[in-house]
Amino acid sequence: MRLNVKLYGITKEIVGQTELKYCLSSSSDVSSLRKELKREYPELGRLTSLLVAVNGEYAPRDLVLNEQDEVVLIPPVSGG
Amino acid sequence: MIVLTSKPINVQRAIDEVSSAEAGAVVVFIGTVRNMTDGKRVVKLDFEAYDKMAISELEKIVNEAVDQWPIKNISVIHRTGNLRISDIAVVIAASSPHRKEAFRACEFVIDTLKETVPIWKKEFFEDEEIWVAAHP
Repeated sequence: MRLNVKLYGITKEIVGQTELKYCLSSSSDVSSLRKELKREYPELGRLTSLLVAVNGEYAPRDLVLNEQDEVVLIPPVSGG
Repeated sequence: MIVLTSKPINVQRAIDEVSSAEAGAVVVFIGTVRNMTDGKRVVKLDFEAYDKMAISELEKIVNEAVDQWPIKNISVIHRTGNLRISDIAVVIAASSPHRKEAFRACEFVIDTLKETVPIWKKEFFEDEEIWVAAHP
């Protein structure tokens, strides 16, 4: 399955681009995506937190991903 | 009213939006860019947002406040892009029949915004740039 992962803030700088095209085995979940990304970009693992939003909502770790999903990495937020 | 804008924030707009004949109180929180962090001089700030989700998360927070207290209306305007010292980063205005609830709602909205809304702040110092809260 091919996923487009959108990046903001520090994740954009760590990866060096605003979007990442990613190939995962079908029926992969949020947890396995995080694990893969942290393996490839160890800096992601050093963040205070790294959440994943799927289709505009914070996603639980066991949520199964689909190719059409809008997937966004959410590093620690700091608005206001 | 919930707005993300790359233009300077008009505080009066947030106030006008929530003012009404039934509201005896309008409480306004204005977050501005401070010139120091941990004793270091800040030169400027950058705010980046995942716009669509920032709006929907702010809607959730506002709805939660309205469910919790007898609030008439709440408006939130958050800036994005490049900000200088003293620029307004965020304005929250809450109106209610009596002041106590508007104070509480205003504080709840800014506190929760800082925890859940996908907006990121980068501080530029004279010698480095730091994404706020990114690292432990």
